[in-house]
Amino acid sequence: MEREQQIITLRVNGEMYTLAVPVYKTLLEVLREDLNLTGTKHGCELGECGACTVLVDGEPVLSCLVLPVDLEGREILTIEGLMEGGRPHPVQIAFAETGAAQCGYCTPGIVLSAKALLDRNPAPTRQEIAEALSGNLCRCTGYLHILEAVERAAVRGREMRAVSGGF
Amino acid sequence: MFEVIGKPWPKVDALHKCTGETRFADDLHMPRMLSAKILRSPHAHARIRRIDVSRARALPGVHAVITGRDLPTRFGILPVSQDEEALCVEKVRYVGDPVAAVAAVDEWTAEEALRLIEVEYEPLPALLTLEEAVAEPSVRIHEYGDGPNIHKMVSLEFGDVAAGFARAEYVREDIFFYAGSTHLPLEQHAAVAHYGPDGKLTLWSSTQTPHYVHRALAKVLGLPPSHIRVIATPVGGGFGGKSDPFSHEIVVAKLAMMTGRPVKITLTREEVFYVHRGRHPVLLWIRTGVRRDGTITAMHVRSFLDGGAYGSYGVATTYYTGALQTVTYKIPCYKFEGVRVFTNKPPCGPKRGHGTPQPRFAVEVHLDKIAEDLRLDPVELRQRQIVEAPSITVNGLPISSCGLRACIDRVVEASGFREKFRRLPFGQGVGFACSAYLSGAGLPIYWNDLPHSGVQIKIDRGGGVTVFCGSADIGQGSDSVLAYIVAEVLGIFPEDIRIVTADTDLTPVDLGSYSSRVTVMAGNAAVEAAEKLRRLLFRAAAERLDIPEDQLMARGRRIFDRADPDRGLEFAEVAQLAEARFGTLGAVGSYTPPKPPGRYKGAGVGPSPSYSYSACVAQVSVDSETGFVRVEKIWIAHDVGRAINPRLVEGQIYGSVYMGLGEALMEEYAFRSRYGVHKAPSMLDYKSPTTLEMPEVECFLIETDDPHGPFGAKEAGQGPLLPVPPAIANAVYDAVGVRIDELPITPEKILKGLDDKARGGSGRIGPTSIPVLTWPEPIRVEPPPQWREGSRVSS
Repeated sequence: MEREQQIITLRVNGEMYTLAVPVYKTLLEVLREDLNLTGTKHGCELGECGACTVLVDGEPVLSCLVLPVDLEGREILTIEGLMEGGRPHPVQIAFAETGAAQCGYCTPGIVLSAKALLDRNPAPTRQEIAEALSGNLCRCTGYLHILEAVERAAVRGREMRAVSGGF
Repeated sequence: MFEVIGKPWPKVDALHKCTGETRFADDLHMPRMLSAKILRSPHAHARIRRIDVSRARALPGVHAVITGRDLPTRFGILPVSQDEEALCVEKVRYVGDPVAAVAAVDEWTAEEALRLIEVEYEPLPALLTLEEAVAEPSVRIHEYGDGPNIHKMVSLEFGDVAAGFARAEYVREDIFFYAGSTHLPLEQHAAVAHYGPDGKLTLWSSTQTPHYVHRALAKVLGLPPSHIRVIATPVGGGFGGKSDPFSHEIVVAKLAMMTGRPVKITLTREEVFYVHRGRHPVLLWIRTGVRRDGTITAMHVRSFLDGGAYGSYGVATTYYTGALQTVTYKIPCYKFEGVRVFTNKPPCGPKRGHGTPQPRFAVEVHLDKIAEDLRLDPVELRQRQIVEAPSITVNGLPISSCGLRACIDRVVEASGFREKFRRLPFGQGVGFACSAYLSGAGLPIYWNDLPHSGVQIKIDRGGGVTVFCGSADIGQGSDSVLAYIVAEVLGIFPEDIRIVTADTDLTPVDLGSYSSRVTVMAGNAAVEAAEKLRRLLFRAAAERLDIPEDQLMARGRRIFDRADPDRGLEFAEVAQLAEARFGTLGAVGSYTPPKPPGRYKGAGVGPSPSYSYSACVAQVSVDSETGFVRVEKIWIAHDVGRAINPRLVEGQIYGSVYMGLGEALMEEYAFRSRYGVHKAPSMLDYKSPTTLEMPEVECFLIETDDPHGPFGAKEAGQGPLLPVPPAIANAVYDAVGVRIDELPITPEKILKGLDDKARGGSGRIGPTSIPVLTWPEPIRVEPPPQWREGSRVSS
């Protein structure tokens, strides 16, 4: 099939990629199909479920609703980019410890939404967490272990900052 | 007492899931892989006159196009309902029925090819409601069943029901409706097929039941089962919705065989809605006779299931709407009549609780009304007649343990129910309900006397342990449960264990992740295999240490003298001693549930090795201006036998409460009445609870150490859903005095009820009649010999 392609340069998880992609391809499709970053999930591809959430310049974005051509020069973070030096991020550890991932399909999107929240509000109340995650659907957990995981990550984050601040 | 069991270990795959490492079916990619798409019927009921695929076939990039003629063999999950075709041959029976399929270089090309397929349909009258299906015998959706458009009709009577009603001092009748709902897993169904030059087929699929998919593939494709390998990928949400063998699984397998290239399909969200197999909408009629103190003397239930277009699990569902009423309270005689009809809508099937949340809703609201009529305390009414353990119910179900009394005590006390019930200000209320559920179906889906679950374990020279089992982890944590159990028996830790599951080539059969069976069945098989290996390890260690075997203990990666713990060996060291002594170290275990005592037609649905129990209190506030219900808090206690991992059990309870909340207040699988088109096939329009609707939940685990469970465990994944909808309905009545006998309890219904009440009506909203049917003569079943009004078995 003849399809119009465009050459774009994306910065994903700190790495630069130059690719030729059909102009209609969403960021979700490019991440999963062209960059093999399958940690980003899809549940509806209509912006309804939150499973495809990634961070663009630190803000949660539904990757099924944005086109990569609009994201040149921006910093895209996916679940794969959250680990540092092979070590899971504190939010990921808190989710694992708390049982916040049951089937785990919504988890990457929720972990990223939670990270964005904690980056701007290190001590959120339960209500603030619930509001920040209200766009991410989960059918397994009833959300309660997820809220607990974010609280746990928040406490740890504050402790870590307190420790490092002391030196 | 235990080192691993009973502790909140993270799941063995938790970090994989939190880091994006877990590979779901749609994450798989293979060289030369093609994409498949399925063309689906736009008609609810039509004959296929002609299909022309020539233009689609000619489209560049298209590698294969198939229709029903390529896959004519019928299949279905139950042997009695082999009524599905991978692609419809002569007729379509619901909007969304698969008609043709394409494999192409990419999804876009496949999609384009679908548009080039020409199908000529002859529309037939569509039957879209239960009433229409019964009233129009001239239109036939299927040619089989217990009558025109009647898939299944059953009538059973246990004990002398007329005599039971004659003993009653008060009799009440009610009618309820429980709307259909869908599983809405976050992961859309996906499958990848590969057909090798050796003539062997591999299918990766997001399925809860790889064994049944294996059987269906062999049947439809005509391949020997030994040439087919089914691998269940981690399932991104199942809830029963991925338990049938599906059209798309067979289609990609066929396309892979035809093209010699791997083929992948991922359903769109809209397709997932139409593929369905969700909760049956059920109309229920219930009549109960009681003594003045509320003691039940007889119960009669009629259920009417709108099954949709195909059989699926429907025969089992029909029986399930009748089977478990007797498991919570002593019911001395019981009659059940049930019917499932075909309609031109997506097929219903099993959803969390499979056929039991609907009657449980009816029973628990009905009992609440009886308590009010007789001015009895609704809690006491139930406490008075809890089943005893061990006992056998009037319909022959064996109760091995029952913690319902403790469940009730915990939630009633913690919630302050007695201080709140009928005492809160207008607009606020509390409601109470109980339930029971099975820990695995006592019989397999197809008749056989083989084990229901098998586990194989091998021990490596380095001390590593690998556990092989056919069970499919759908997020409930079944892989982790295997690791915890084997770690406990062998005295090592979950992280020392590698789990290989759900692969029909590599793992012994487990029937699948349905009917809450995996912890009990795979767990028991794992205990057996691990104990066999432990005996070998102990023999080898005993010889080396010169200690009697029975004095040894395995714990903390060591095998040592119970009396003198310093005297011992490292686990890995013992593994080498044992391998040197006995050869390669491996063992198998298998589990078959106890033979159920019932001996009547239909006795196969309901028996289980054990039953879990739950009790729930819901507190709600209802805005009488808007009709909006807010669930403030849920207290729930669950008798899980033993919590292998309390955190995972708690997660199952939270998830069940959540799903029950959705069904009680908002979820509805609804259709545009004339066309059979789904009203809301999207995640935005199909309302499900978000973080903002989820109330606080206080949960209590009750442990009764069931004699049939591994370490005493029973189920936790489905039972805790059941008491939630009736507890909420009872709380709504307590809050504003209107009975909404029809789920979901929407604001419109509440306002209608309040309006009716203001005009002097009862305020009740719900169905007022049931279809008039001629029920077959009931199969009369004498109560089991040991049975004396639900009393204790003397053994």
